[in-house]
This record gives sequence, C-alpha cells and structure tokens, in this order.
Amino acid sequence: MLETLGVRSMNDLLVDIPQSLRLESLQLPNGLSEFETMAQVSVLAARNHVYPDRLTFRGGGVYRRFIPAAVSAVTSKPEFYTAYTPYQAEASQGTLQAIFEFQTLIAELTALDVSNASLYDGATAVAEAAMMAYVHTGRNEVLVSGYVHPEYVQVLRAFGEGRGIKVRRGAEANKKTAAIIFQQPDFLGLLVDAGQLTKAAHDAGALAIACVDPISLAILAPPGEYGADIAVGEGQQLGMSPSFGGPHVGFIACTRELVRKLPGRLVGTAHDAQGRRGFILALAAREQHIRREKATSNICTNHSLCALAAAVYLTYMGPYGLRHIADVSFRRAHSLAERLARLPGWEPAFPDRQFLNEFPIRVPRARSVVRKLARKGILGGLEVNHWFRELKDVLTFTCTEVNDPQALDELMAVLES
Amino acid sequence: MSEPLSFELSRPAVDPPRLPEAEVAGPPAADVLGREMLRARPPGLPRLSEPEIMRHYSRLASLNYSISENFYPLGSCTMKYNPVVNETAAALPGFADLHPYQDEDSVQGALELMWRLERALCAVVGVERVTLQPAAGAHGEWTALRMIAAFHHSREENRTEVLVPDSAHGTNPASAALSGFHVIEVRSGDDGRISLADLESKLSPRTAALMLTNPNTLGLFEREILDIAELVHATGAMLYYDGANLNAFMGICRPGDMGFDAVHMNLHKTFTTPHGGGGPGAGPVGVKSELVPFLPAPTVERTNGHLTLDYKRPQSIGRVRSFYGNFGMLVRAYTYILAMGGDGLGQASQDAVLSANYLRKLVEGDLDMPHEGPCMHEFVASAQNLHDKGVRALDIAKALLDRDFYAPTVYFPLVVPEAIMVEPTETESKATLDAFAGAIKEIVGKAKTDPQSLHDEPTKLPVGRLDEVAAARRINAYLQGLSEDPVLRWKAPAEALETASQKTLQESPC
Repeated sequence: MLETLGVRSMNDLLVDIPQSLRLESLQLPNGLSEFETMAQVSVLAARNHVYPDRLTFRGGGVYRRFIPAAVSAVTSKPEFYTAYTPYQAEASQGTLQAIFEFQTLIAELTALDVSNASLYDGATAVAEAAMMAYVHTGRNEVLVSGYVHPEYVQVLRAFGEGRGIKVRRGAEANKKTAAIIFQQPDFLGLLVDAGQLTKAAHDAGALAIACVDPISLAILAPPGEYGADIAVGEGQQLGMSPSFGGPHVGFIACTRELVRKLPGRLVGTAHDAQGRRGFILALAAREQHIRREKATSNICTNHSLCALAAAVYLTYMGPYGLRHIADVSFRRAHSLAERLARLPGWEPAFPDRQFLNEFPIRVPRARSVVRKLARKGILGGLEVNHWFRELKDVLTFTCTEVNDPQALDELMAVLES
Repeated sequence: MSEPLSFELSRPAVDPPRLPEAEVAGPPAADVLGREMLRARPPGLPRLSEPEIMRHYSRLASLNYSISENFYPLGSCTMKYNPVVNETAAALPGFADLHPYQDEDSVQGALELMWRLERALCAVVGVERVTLQPAAGAHGEWTALRMIAAFHHSREENRTEVLVPDSAHGTNPASAALSGFHVIEVRSGDDGRISLADLESKLSPRTAALMLTNPNTLGLFEREILDIAELVHATGAMLYYDGANLNAFMGICRPGDMGFDAVHMNLHKTFTTPHGGGGPGAGPVGVKSELVPFLPAPTVERTNGHLTLDYKRPQSIGRVRSFYGNFGMLVRAYTYILAMGGDGLGQASQDAVLSANYLRKLVEGDLDMPHEGPCMHEFVASAQNLHDKGVRALDIAKALLDRDFYAPTVYFPLVVPEAIMVEPTETESKATLDAFAGAIKEIVGKAKTDPQSLHDEPTKLPVGRLDEVAAARRINAYLQGLSEDPVLRWKAPAEALETASQKTLQESPC
C-alpha cells in the first residue's frame, strides 16, 4: 500500500504533525490475547457482589424485571447492533422500522400523539421536556412537584443552567412558569394526583410534563388521558439489565401541537417510486445538522438498540401480559408492605398515600437494616435520606414479578430474627 | 421484500405469554385504586406469539446493512469492526446485574474498571482527569462547554462567545448554544484548514472557547495547531477538542500536548463499542487540571486500592446523566483497550491513516479531491466533476448501496460542494478497499455513459429511494390538523379503535 502511495514509510503520511508533538509510544501496557483480556476483565467482574434478582428489593429508578430471552436474542443480532444511525434509509429499513414500532408503542402506552426515537435516559428526557416547554411557552421557569427522582432534577438543573432556565420546587404555577414536572409514581413509589397537577399547569398557561413508569401505564391512567402535554420516562424496565445504571433508554412523547419541538430523531413513513412503503428519518429540519446553533437540542442520535429491546419486550408482553406483570408486582408489594409494617418500630412513611410496587417505610435504624440484609445476601430497601433530609430512616422497598413469595418470606425471616 | 409492522401482524387471538402469578393474598390493583387512577382502555400494544416475534425481528434484521456484513466507510463515524469479546465482557453477570445503588463495597470491581478506563483515556489523550458520565458525543461536547462556562464564571469573567469552524459538525454550534453561548463561525482557508487570520479577527475578551476537531472534518491535520493554541490561550479562552477524529492519531500524538484543555471522546467510534443502529454510545470528557474542579459529580476516586464515588465537589457543574454513565459501554471500551494495549492502539491509528491515504489514491482519478494530501484517517472527495452529467454525491451514495457497500457520509462537511467523506478505518482489508475503489470507478464510468440509470438506484434493496418531500408534506398536513394520518407512528384503522375503546379494563381477560 505504501508503494501505491509512492512513499517510503508511514512517517511520510504524518508530515503535517509537528515533530514536537510526536509520541514515542503510549504509556499503556501492551496488548493481550482474548483469553488474557477476558481473564483480567473477569477478575474485575468477580470483585462485584451480584444480588440475585429475587432477593433484590431496591429500586430507585432501576428495577429487576423478568427479561424474556427473545429480547437479547434480537438485540444481539449483529445486523442490529453493528449498524449505525440510518442515514441511508434504503439500507437501514430494519432499524428504521423497529424505531417506528418503538415510537408507536410509546405513543400507545402514554396515550399521546407522537413519540420520538428515544433519548439517553429518564433524566435527560426530563431535561429535554423542560427545554420544549421553555421554547414553546417562552417562559423560563419550571416547577418540580413532589418527589421527582433526585438525579433527574440534578440533570435538569445542569441543563437549565446553560439555557437560563430556573428550576423551582412546588406546584404553584404563575405567569413565568413554563411547565410543572411531576413523577407518577414518584421517586418514593407514591401515586400523585396527576390530573390535578395537569390542571394546575394548564390554568397558569404552562405545560404539564409527566415523568412516568412505562410498566405502570398498563394499569394507571396514561398522561394522554389526563391531559398532560409531554410524557417522559426511563425505559430500563422494558427488557434491560440494571448494568450499574446504563445503558438504558429515555422516552419522550407529546401532543400533536408540540411535535416540532421534540428533540432527537423521529422516524416516519415514506414511499418509493413504485409506491412501496418504507421508513425515513423525518422532520430533520429541526435538528442540529441542519439548524446548527439554532437547533433546540444538540442530540444527534438516540439509544436505538435499547429502544429495540423495549420494542421486543413490549411486543412480547402485549397489553395483557404487561398488565399482568404490573398487577403481580402491585400485589406482592402490597403484601410485603403489610408484613413490614407489622415489624416492631416499622411504619409506613406516608400512610395516606397509595402506591404501586415501590413504597417508603420508616424503620428504627435504616443503615443497620440494610446492612443486616446485605449480610444475608439480600439487597434491601433504598436509603432515601441520602437525598431527602426530611426522610430520615426511611427506606423504599420495591417488589416485582421476580420477587417470588418465598423471597418475601426470606426477607421477613431475616428482619424478624 | 418488506415486512409488515408488528401492529399489522397482531392477532387478537394470541394469549399473553405465561408469566408468574402473584401467589400472595390481596386484591388486584384495579380493585384498590380509584377508578379515576385507572387506565380507561388497555394500551394498543400488538399481540404476537414468540415465534412470530422472532421471525418478525429476524426479517427486520435482514433489511439492514451493518458492519458485520458490509463495508461502512461513513466518514466522521469511525465504523470499525466491533470485537465480539466486548459483548461477552459487558454481559458478565458481575457487570450486567449490578444495581447502581448498591453499596460501594459491593461494586469495587465496577469502580476499579471505571477508574482504570479513566487512567487509560487520560494516557491516550493527554489530560488530567476524565468524566465518564456523558452518554454520547454531543452530550460530551455540551458537558465540556458547561465546564468551560463554569471555569470562566469562577474567575468572574464574562465570556459569552464560542468560536466554531465552518467545517465543524452541527453538534458543535448546537452544544455551544445550549450552553448559553453565542456561536461565532471561523472560516476555513483554501487549504481546508482553519484560517489563522480569520481566527485572530474573531478572538476577543468575550471568547470563551474555540471548538476544534483535529484532524478536521476534511481529514486534514491542523498543522498550525500549536499557534492556534497560543492565540486562543493568549486571549484567556479555552481550547476544546471534538474527539470525532481521535482515531487518526492514537499513539502518534495527543490533544493534551497540542494545548487542548477539554477533550471529548466517542467510545463508540475510537474504542469500538457498537453503534447499535444509533446508540447507545458514550462520550467521556477529559480535562486539564484547571477544569478538574468543575467535573460532573460523582467522580471515581482511588485511595490505597479502595474505590469511592466522590459527590463532594462544590464547584462541579452538577450531574449530566443519571447514575454513572453508560456503564455497559465503558466495559466494552475498557475490554478493547486491554486487548489492544498501547502498542495496538498506536498501530490501529497508523493503519487507519494508511487505509485512508491508500483509498484516496485509488479514487483520486475518479472524483475531485478538493484538498491536497496526505490525509489522516479520512478524506473528503467531491462529485462536482460529475455535475455536468447531472450526477450528484447522493447518486454515488445510492449506487454504492446497490453494490453491497454502505455509503460514505455525503454533503458534509458543508464547506465542500457535493462532498463524499470516506473513512475506511483500520479494520478493513486491502481487498475490501480495492473492491470499493473498483465500485467507485465503475459508478463514475456509468455516470459518464448512462447517468440516468444512476438516478434510479438503488434497485436491489427492500425499497427504492424514498420520497422525503412527500413524507414531509404529509407530516405537515397532520401537524396542521388537516389530516389524521400521523405518519410518525402507526395508527389502528378507525374500526379497530372503536372495538378497543369498548373493551374496558374490567372486562378484559387477565
């Protein structure tokens, strides 16, 4: 190849790099065989303690769920995972159609008009929704009502700072309010009055942004039914392993009138000269590669493979499978909540509030409870005091279809001992 | 060949999959929650059996081009082979099954991996620290700019402008604007490199940063990078490195040594984490010491072999993503770096540069080469020479698809008319490069003898060229309320909708 180029060595191709910048070598060890590589990586993996699914009662935004084998069978197809953003539509119909199906599934779940192709995670989805509200209303303040995931709020603040958007706590909207953001169920697992919050936003001319748990939507009224303008959320539960927090997938859906403000990719249908239906990246004129500094978001891809996982998961479950999962989780969590509340010194932190499958409970000494469970190989409740000072000694426990009744018994046995 | 949508394949007779029963006492949710809390009708998800699902998605997979089957010379995207061992590593239960809120003592291996990856990335790009939080390249750009803004703010300097070359990727100006900066464009000179004179005229006490890709999007190394750095620093501004093109010089030189203060990297380009059809990726950002206080929290710290997450960072820009970033992608990138080693990474970049120059040489007689070589890891050609035949870059791209090659990036960078941006990467063989050059030659020959036939390509793919203009018109009609076809999603025929609405939650089997 060098001969074809008419040069003697690689250095002749690197002439533009000033000599003073040239390195001898990288200060890194030399390469390894695959066997040695995996041996080293495995040592690191083995230094982590993995709690079994059934003995994991900790949620806080990432949940253990049954993942059908079909999900990884599909996402591990190299035709999906080694493809790139579908710039050439004709050679990317698989990815495009899968995203189109994802968009439809999310729109159906949220009962809103249009969903985008996905975002990075629930936190950035909340932030992007706030940007939409800011652009749409021309107002620069967003309200965060109740116990919204604290990390989502932190990301929202970081995003907001760049754009001059103020983030306030509460639900008292006024003329400066671009949106009220609430989470249903909230970070503690409690149900909020989504309809009332939506009305409060609309009464002030603001948008209502609902951050929702996608599996809860098999049971709960979806944002579109109570009139929310934008629904966002974290899709990890739809077929993705916890993976220490990522990669997962954010979703965002909105009403028809807000579609032009949606960030990120959107896939739509189109036809070729023979009238055959195909799928394309649509409304690209909103995006950064066309609008550059005038774009309302800098996002140039999505979390396509995670969206594919979610699509396979939701298709596998179907409407009734999904509701079954949500209901089993609900019943087990309620059973657990009752049993825990009977322990001496344990009491529901918010006895008047309803929940689905995650709930806050006040305990005598949160730290020692969690440690005691860990010693028995159980990942117990989450210490939410870490984020909320007023919630001292409150743990949130979560229960899903993977926590079988015997697992609940084992948990109780440790706590009663 | 086409595949119906899952919604179109859906059959109401399909039962839900067998799932665990509750097996505990207590009423179902629908009996406990108030009616106003409940969903009025079930979501319109498709109902398919597992065999139907597997067949559906297998068919969809077969409609894709991908690195596993095709040469993917997509300029600026570094579509190199994704080693399968990366996937094996990320799937280890010790990583995949970790909950992000486990106690630190129980995730020492994960934190150690993050710490080691950070050290390795520092070594490759020549910086002090790296945040692994950003989920993508654009996310990393924005994170870096937030840190730069915080740095100037901490010095009580009011710097409101960010300079961006006209050849830059669109995410650069968008990220700068979203960070609250005014974007000022810097022109490229005739040689395709940034114009020092234009840069000088635009630098001012208002300048917060210059965003630069090196090699630039034309595949050319910015020879005067040391002078550029000096100019920028002399005004008190910072130099930001867009890592899109890092694959050009690993082990050859480092952005940190060139004077860059903040450096973003794309693990999905340079470090072989798969592109996934458009994500998930990962966009870590490295910084020099003066920006370290502003890194997103938490950072991973290591003291006497014990790893902790440090949240107490008072000057931090905060959090840019939930948890600790796209951890699964970090595992893959770390695995790649271990396997390649310092020697392998250096070789990879050398091979990438060789491949690009070789391919450039093979096609320079067929397409215009607006800029003089040598190039680095990619080159930008132009189809301007076929203009009088009515053949455009888009036609070349579509014709390549018919010849089993994915198309290069076209119409970018914007400074080259009819741009065709080719990045072969180091993982392609000489035979593949020769075959690709042969295809270009044949297509260009056809452009001269039978240009019309090129306008009809591709003909061998599941669909021909799709009418985006008509699609946009239909979307507009929907958005204006003139049509009920949303175009951006499937909608059940009206009849089906009616049936579904009659079916309340209480009546449905479950």
